[in-house]
Amino acid sequence: MRMFEFHRPENAASAIAAGAQAKTAQQGADIRFLAGGTTLVDLMKLEVETPRQLLDINRLPFDKIDDLPNGGLKIGATVRNSDLAHHAKVQKDYAVLSQAILSGASAQLRNLATTAGNLLQRTRCMYFRDNAMPCNKREPGTGCAAITGSNRMLAILGASEHCIANNPSDMCVAMAALEATIHVQGTKGSREIAFGDFHLLPGNTPHRETVLEPGDLITHVALPPPIRGSRHVYLKLRDRESYEFALASAAVVISVERGTVTYARVALGGVGTKPWRSREAENELTGKPANAANFRSAAEAALRGAKPQSENGFKIELAKRCLTHALQTASNA
Amino acid sequence: MEYKSVYANDYIQGNSTAVDESTANIAATVPVVLRINGYNHQLDIDPRTTLLDCIRETVGLTGTKKGCDHGQCGACTVHVNGKRVTSCLTLTLMHDGHEITTIEGLGTPDALHPMQAAFVAFDGYQCGYCTSGQIMSAVALLNEPCGPDDAAVKELMSGNICRCGAYANIVAAIQHVRKNT
Repeated sequence: MRMFEFHRPENAASAIAAGAQAKTAQQGADIRFLAGGTTLVDLMKLEVETPRQLLDINRLPFDKIDDLPNGGLKIGATVRNSDLAHHAKVQKDYAVLSQAILSGASAQLRNLATTAGNLLQRTRCMYFRDNAMPCNKREPGTGCAAITGSNRMLAILGASEHCIANNPSDMCVAMAALEATIHVQGTKGSREIAFGDFHLLPGNTPHRETVLEPGDLITHVALPPPIRGSRHVYLKLRDRESYEFALASAAVVISVERGTVTYARVALGGVGTKPWRSREAENELTGKPANAANFRSAAEAALRGAKPQSENGFKIELAKRCLTHALQTASNA
Repeated sequence: MEYKSVYANDYIQGNSTAVDESTANIAATVPVVLRINGYNHQLDIDPRTTLLDCIRETVGLTGTKKGCDHGQCGACTVHVNGKRVTSCLTLTLMHDGHEITTIEGLGTPDALHPMQAAFVAFDGYQCGYCTSGQIMSAVALLNEPCGPDDAAVKELMSGNICRCGAYANIVAAIQHVRKNT
């Protein structure tokens, strides 16, 4: 691990001022906010992340979950994943989020990992994690070893010729389906970012993973008021039953009235270079009878743009079946 | 009770040997007070020191084990403020003032914690290397939302790997304690 300076900013303003001195924003930056550390400390050991300054934000007042006046929920940046998953209102009104979080990592890691840290969780692509290999995300311009290498786990949606690394988060998939908003404080004040606009596709800048700028500090995530009567399912398919990243996962929030789908939000995990909201699937579902044929059509629509790599063609059908099954389960709930 | 135990940080962290100009002026050690098993340890540590390395190498409590050192095996599980965490993935400096409990703080050879006694009674180990992590996880699980059946216990213990494969007996030990406390 490279040497670094450890600081604990007194308040958000000093954290932002210190963070704004970074050459780039957050992931891979020379100055990094430190929350749970489960991704960052791991990658620092591998010298994939080599910050010279860590700004410990764990004691800033962002560790609460509060009701919002509009009936939604405000989730602080440093709320631990386990506390979020077990929060009574989350379990009742945003069940897909609780299910998604509890399907990820282990109990020990969920006790450390935070809301904001999970938003910024980095890929598990083995070439990204290995300094000896080319990787455009870790070291722009060196190439992508995964395209001609071991890519079974990697993305089939949203990839580019420069990067096929998938986003590993479960929490983010649920937040995409819940249409969460990410609240950020930066050098120019506060702003909110729609969940779908937060993560970037790799394109020819795979090292840029989010729209954050140097100094931008995520303060909380806001969930809109719950959709009354909606049913929630997070289904995760993986190589072993627990403590494993998704090969494919689906977050589904769906309302069915008298056999007809009146509301549908769909997002996929494990398959995309970012948490993959599928408006194509939502459009295919809304206003149509809730039946197996239409669920399959929605899945076909969600995966229409999928491009397999040499080892992960199976993920296309797997993701379709995952989404179809999740929709079936939710509509029978 | 307070005592001072400062050890030279002469063990190598990671694999970098080059001196980076941008980090050349950074203080080699930072003072921190770590509270472990009810005792305060006033330390000067390399900021890179994980909680795991601090517990084992600096404080000298070697009951907590290093397996993968990447949060994948659970051998390093300790409690921080009553919650179980992988001590390999968290930095010591993040934990000044926190209440840390290791396997040494759970019971003594003469007065085992009920979970320790159950692991003995149900033969919940073979080589024993993962055992302190398993027990720390299992004790924390007693205070977590967990369904009554074995499947629920297995799910919540999935972050602790046992390469000997003592899982069946580990689950039996945990269920025994849950039913008898």
